[in-house]
Amino acid sequence: MKRLLLALLMSPLAVGSVSAAEFNAVLGDKSAVNFVSKQMGVPVEGKFKKFAAQISFDTNKPEKGRAQIEIELASIDAGNSDANDEAKGKAWFNIREFPTAKFVSGGIKSVGNGRYEAAGQMTIKGKTRDVVAPFNARLDGGNLVIDGAIPILRLQYGIGDGAWADTGTVADEVQVRFHFTLAATAKK
Amino acid sequence: MNTPTAYTRSAIVLHWLVALTILCAFPLGVYMHELPLSPNKLQLYSYHKWLGISALLLVAIRLGWRLGHRPPPLLPGMPRWQEIAAHAIHHSLYLLMLAVPLSGWLMSSALGFSVVWFGVIPLPDLIGKDKQLGELLKDVHATLNFTMLALVLVHAAAAIKHHLFERDGTLARMLPFIKQESKT
Repeated sequence: MKRLLLALLMSPLAVGSVSAAEFNAVLGDKSAVNFVSKQMGVPVEGKFKKFAAQISFDTNKPEKGRAQIEIELASIDAGNSDANDEAKGKAWFNIREFPTAKFVSGGIKSVGNGRYEAAGQMTIKGKTRDVVAPFNARLDGGNLVIDGAIPILRLQYGIGDGAWADTGTVADEVQVRFHFTLAATAKK
Repeated sequence: MNTPTAYTRSAIVLHWLVALTILCAFPLGVYMHELPLSPNKLQLYSYHKWLGISALLLVAIRLGWRLGHRPPPLLPGMPRWQEIAAHAIHHSLYLLMLAVPLSGWLMSSALGFSVVWFGVIPLPDLIGKDKQLGELLKDVHATLNFTMLALVLVHAAAAIKHHLFERDGTLARMLPFIKQESKT
């Protein structure tokens, strides 16, 4: 009887909502990196259409989770073509010198209720800062879906300097929102 | 309801308040949309939207008030076609005073740049984000505005013509401080 129970527990069907599998294959078409900036008090949404994400995450062993997300800044959609051109220019991302932004995390901790925090380093425009990305993870049709946001203070990275440094027009805080769908791979 | 002979103070104040917001928002709109993107441009767009929503609110109050208060009839002695033209323009202006700010609000919603009135009160988006529809609404907003400009010019020119040539009280009853001059 005990053996049977153990066998049942070991079988993937019986494991229930959170499996012991590690999820590490990011499904690009079911993932997104968006951002929300505040312009004159108005939240304005934008997105990055191209990014490369390597994430491995096991909800049973969050501390072993790893993430490296590299965003191609030229793929920005800030709402209209004027804004896109401006964002690529020197005052904002200066993509000629700094074509990508990168987030690297080597440690994830569970804070309960399906919520986690990924501590890591964000590098934008040649400047690296420690950030914490809170997110939640849930199973959806055999995949792990991760949703979270990293609050960024743009001026810490020199994003939007010169005349744009006035935070009364464009707020310092920008929310970078991420949505990743990870497929599972067999446990090694 | 008795037929009044003069505009009430409320009617006069509402008329000029709406006129003032239009006189500020219209040239601002024409000026700002050609500007290269800058913090200044973002500020001007916001001021324009705040003015537009203020105008919409004033017009709503004005229309509500107008529904309960019949305006004085046109002065006697006008040719019939002028009476018809005056009424047609007044009604068209009421329509445009609503349609112009509404089209701006719709356009802001479609372009994904909501309106936060005076930077404090977030207004709901009237429609979802839709770039193509937003571009169309941009043209609608501009066309309605230039139609309104044409009608406002005719409206003002007619009032001035009454004042200078017919020398009647048409302008003075909406602009009381010039009353004395017109009585000569």
